[in-house]
Amino acid sequence: MSPLLMADITVFLLSLLVGFEVISKVPATLHTPLMSGANAIHGVVIVGVMLLAATATTVTGYVLVLIAAAFAAMNVTGGYVVTERMLAMFRPHREVKP
Amino acid sequence: MTTFDTVVHLVYLAAATCFVLGLHLMNSPGTALRGNRLSAAGMAAAVIATGAVLVHDHRMTAWAVAALTAGAAAGAVAGLVTARRVPMTAMPQLVSLFNAVGGGAAALIALGDAVQRSHEAATPGVQTTVTTVLDVLIGGVTLSGSLVASGKLAGLVPGRPVTVPGGRWATVLLALTAAGLAGFFVAGRTGALGLSGIAAAALVAGVLLTLPIGGADMPVVISLLNACTGTAVAMAGFVLESSPLIIAGALVGAAGAILTKLMADAMNRSIGAIIAGGYGTGDSGPAAAVGAGAPVRSITAEDAGLQLAYAHKVVIVPGYGLAAAQAQHETVALARALTERGVQVSYGIHPVAGRMPGHMNVLLAEADAPYEQLKDLDEINPEFPGTDVALVVGANDVTNPAARRPGNPVSGMPILDVDKARTVIVIKRSLGHGYAGIDNELYTRPGTAMLFADAKKGLADLLAGVRAYAA
Repeated sequence: MSPLLMADITVFLLSLLVGFEVISKVPATLHTPLMSGANAIHGVVIVGVMLLAATATTVTGYVLVLIAAAFAAMNVTGGYVVTERMLAMFRPHREVKP
Repeated sequence: MTTFDTVVHLVYLAAATCFVLGLHLMNSPGTALRGNRLSAAGMAAAVIATGAVLVHDHRMTAWAVAALTAGAAAGAVAGLVTARRVPMTAMPQLVSLFNAVGGGAAALIALGDAVQRSHEAATPGVQTTVTTVLDVLIGGVTLSGSLVASGKLAGLVPGRPVTVPGGRWATVLLALTAAGLAGFFVAGRTGALGLSGIAAAALVAGVLLTLPIGGADMPVVISLLNACTGTAVAMAGFVLESSPLIIAGALVGAAGAILTKLMADAMNRSIGAIIAGGYGTGDSGPAAAVGAGAPVRSITAEDAGLQLAYAHKVVIVPGYGLAAAQAQHETVALARALTERGVQVSYGIHPVAGRMPGHMNVLLAEADAPYEQLKDLDEINPEFPGTDVALVVGANDVTNPAARRPGNPVSGMPILDVDKARTVIVIKRSLGHGYAGIDNELYTRPGTAMLFADAKKGLADLLAGVRAYAA
């Protein structure tokens, strides 16, 4: 096992644990926005598509990059915008009309 | 490590920090918006840093640049337009759709990587081939599974459990095929072609696994698939040896797993039973006949309006029927009219009311319901004994007192103690069953009156009734 792989596995495991810790404290009210926000974060897959594009040299490779880029971009932009829309609706300190 | 590399890695580290802190800020409604923006800023930084790497390395062919930019532009526009236009009630299926494409992108990365490696002389290591197979498998199942889940919520695919003849055996067969192909791929006997076979098997398996699951369980399934996408992205991170993908993917994997567990607990369902499928009737229309069995007292909108107008304390219990009828604005208008009369109004929201945990809060917030009036199960239950009228709008199983007794499908499920209120008014289209498929004992209790109407129409009539006494 290479030291690089070892480091990657360590990072993976610790990130899982951080995820459990950070997320288990979110109240039920925010679960849908949270799911949407987490959904946006895995839009980081766009970074992976960019790295893949750097190695593509064949027609098959280009087609795969094209589709993957469209998918990933939709995930990341849509994910953040939808979460923003949901959260913008929570107005914690609105005055109740008398 | 050159200075450039160091800077890029530091930016990636900062982005990962933004993701973690962003999720942390989502703990409370006051800071949640800031959390999402922080996470978005981290994402932008990671994308810009990666762009800088691509420009710096100068390895990309013109065609690759064209494919990347054209695809990204098309996807970004599609994402922006749908995210802005879709009504709040359709939010869960949109999240599922975005989840599907995310899983698809992760699977395509592994596929593209394998295609590229097949042109190189060096054989990839076991860690690359194993994570490649896992990425394609998980990503493929997520892509087709999330699309089916989204279709079920949108009504494009029947919400009821659809059993495919021999579906279980087909799934087992697919799993064996995929396992065999995976073995050959890891052994280096097949290249991208064998991987495509695994992808095809995963796509079919995703459909076969999701179809038999009823519409009621879809939120849990979407959450599970969200966790799967996170894991697939982390696997893509191993394939590409990219730490931001590993970190963010693992974070989301953990998030989805926790949410899935919470949702399943709140619905009194085990995750295993949900995946087994066949439960619930899905989005049923006007189902059973009115008045079967025990006598039910029905009430006119005028009488119900009078009761509400002269109550001191009213608790509104919104459910799936409210979401389906998109009656959130009518609900809040009624609550506002009552508040103006000096009636103390709050909303009792069950964790799984609506289509996703917290979905009801989002809908009511959209209609400008004051956040302070939204109360969760533990907050509202002690208040029911002092409540004059509990107004149940399209909620069913979450109010069924039968849950307190053992031996029926809802046993042990946490419920809202609506029956402890002095009187109960239920707005419902019929006496049809909820997802659990059993009679709701609440409806036949002496203190309960039924207002048979669609949630939107019933609430509008109630509001008119209340206004009639406001003069």
